[in-house]
Amino acid sequence: MKDGSVLAITGLSCGYGKRIVLHGVSFAIEKGECVGVIGPNGSGKTTLLRAISGFLPPRGGTISLEGRELHHMGRRSLAQRVAVVTQAPDIMPPFSVEEFVLLGRVPHWRGLQLLETAKDIEIAAEAMEMAGIGHLKERRMGELSGGERQLVFVARALAQAPHLLLLDEPTAHLDIGHQVQIMDLLRELNREEALTIIVVLHDLTLAGLYCDRLILLHEGRLRAIGPPEAVLTKGVIEAVYQTQVTVMETPLGGRPVILPVAGKNQ
Amino acid sequence: MGLNSKAWWGGWIVFLAGLLVLVGLFSLGVGAVHIPLRKVVQALATGRGTPEYAILFDVRLPRILLGLAVGGGLAVAGVVLQGMFRNPLVEPYTLGISGGAALGVALNMVVGGSAGFGLFSLPASGFLGAFGVMIVVYLLSAGGGQIKLSRLLLIGVMVSFIAASLIMLIMAMTKVQDLHGIIFWIMGSLQEPSSALIRAILFISLGGLIVSLFFAVDLNALSLGEEEAFHLGVEVERLKKVLFLLASFITGCCVSVTGIIGFVGLVVPHLMRLLVGGDHRILMVTSYLSGAIFLILCDTLARLVLAPTELPVGVITGLVGGGLFIYALSRRGESL
Repeated sequence: MKDGSVLAITGLSCGYGKRIVLHGVSFAIEKGECVGVIGPNGSGKTTLLRAISGFLPPRGGTISLEGRELHHMGRRSLAQRVAVVTQAPDIMPPFSVEEFVLLGRVPHWRGLQLLETAKDIEIAAEAMEMAGIGHLKERRMGELSGGERQLVFVARALAQAPHLLLLDEPTAHLDIGHQVQIMDLLRELNREEALTIIVVLHDLTLAGLYCDRLILLHEGRLRAIGPPEAVLTKGVIEAVYQTQVTVMETPLGGRPVILPVAGKNQ
Repeated sequence: MGLNSKAWWGGWIVFLAGLLVLVGLFSLGVGAVHIPLRKVVQALATGRGTPEYAILFDVRLPRILLGLAVGGGLAVAGVVLQGMFRNPLVEPYTLGISGGAALGVALNMVVGGSAGFGLFSLPASGFLGAFGVMIVVYLLSAGGGQIKLSRLLLIGVMVSFIAASLIMLIMAMTKVQDLHGIIFWIMGSLQEPSSALIRAILFISLGGLIVSLFFAVDLNALSLGEEEAFHLGVEVERLKKVLFLLASFITGCCVSVTGIIGFVGLVVPHLMRLLVGGDHRILMVTSYLSGAIFLILCDTLARLVLAPTELPVGVITGLVGGGLFIYALSRRGESL
């Protein structure tokens, strides 16, 4: 493991029951990086995230977080370091936004603590401000729109004060305005708070635009890793996604833009 | 949860505790013999020796205390189980605990094993039945070290059916006087001659509330699903096992003393969720207090309606609780 790696994964295999989904994946992530995980449906993106969050135990290989073996860490100490924004569930709990964001403070509570402290309330308020949802704090979770809900989930993760933030398709089902709002927020957190971020994305252009590096998974194996210009090439995308695309450069900043070619599925 | 809502919580607790005291005093005063509040105070001052004192403190007070313990205990067990299953229709009796207790009692009555243990014979056999079932359900559900909640629920419901069928078998083959005893036990009653047993149940139910409270925040985290709770640092598997055992223990102890008093554990948490919201910390405390109020009131009604004949309290809780439940469901919003 290199110095400064937040996360180092070597030869990771992982799966559900008898089915192995990830096969021998290895990579390392440095502190303060924003890394995108891309790949077709079923390529193992969510499984990779679940392994990194500790939810799925590895079948083979190791995951080390800040130099410590992840699966030897207690639940609490892991939750103090890693926050996860999963794909938002359909059923919302009967909580207000503020109550929900405060749940993010729970991993930091002492053994038999029952009530949040003034400091918890302050940190949750900061997290809500950062996510731009301070005005929603009294609202019930069930009353929120899809975009607001996603921001609330991010705010809860921020209240956890993590070293590593994992997000599983945070822009799914959102309109382009809300997609940009979420991704801008992630970039701001990454740049200004030096938060290390791993985000699963389906939109390749968005991934290229916002991430420092991309990890491309294909059939449970690491197909490519590197800066967006190196991963998002016409040859690689066409081979992995089995469809024809046109890759262009954005006029702003030289990141790749991927356009589908209609009616040209291989 | 801002500081404002903590004041709101305090308000609810003070209100319900005050109501509990009032209901307790009311229940002390009324019955086949009416004793006005002034006389209650007088009896307290003069002490033992008067007939009022005997009625108040040897007959009525123990029932009120038992009503508090069992009403509160069942309501808290209901909150714990509904939170754990994320299903507002689960109640303490869903998992077969009450069926096991009833089976134990029915067997005891038929076999006639009361001789050795005297007063404690029926509670002891109920307790054994409840805990036998708890262990069976637990072992059948915890395959591979993990409890799958859907499996736990199905096994619990099936064990309940089996216990109910066995009780019917026993009833079909038993003498008439035993039959009457079994039916009355199943309907539930707060009439309990042993004050030691009442103290024990009070201790267990209050202790159960306190222990449950320490899992309230974990239950809040669990309300979004097991994966979300895991990411918030909750040891989900351990939590499910502890909560199942805790709720079953409280339920088993309550049921083995009073019989099967229905609806408290289902309706009270449900109504409280509508009133105070889904945070399990306040939900547990307010449900405990309301469960106690509800059961004491129902028992008072059971004593009053056809006084001096006493109705089984389980009938009253079923009627009142069922009515309230339908009312709540018909007003049900998205907040459940």
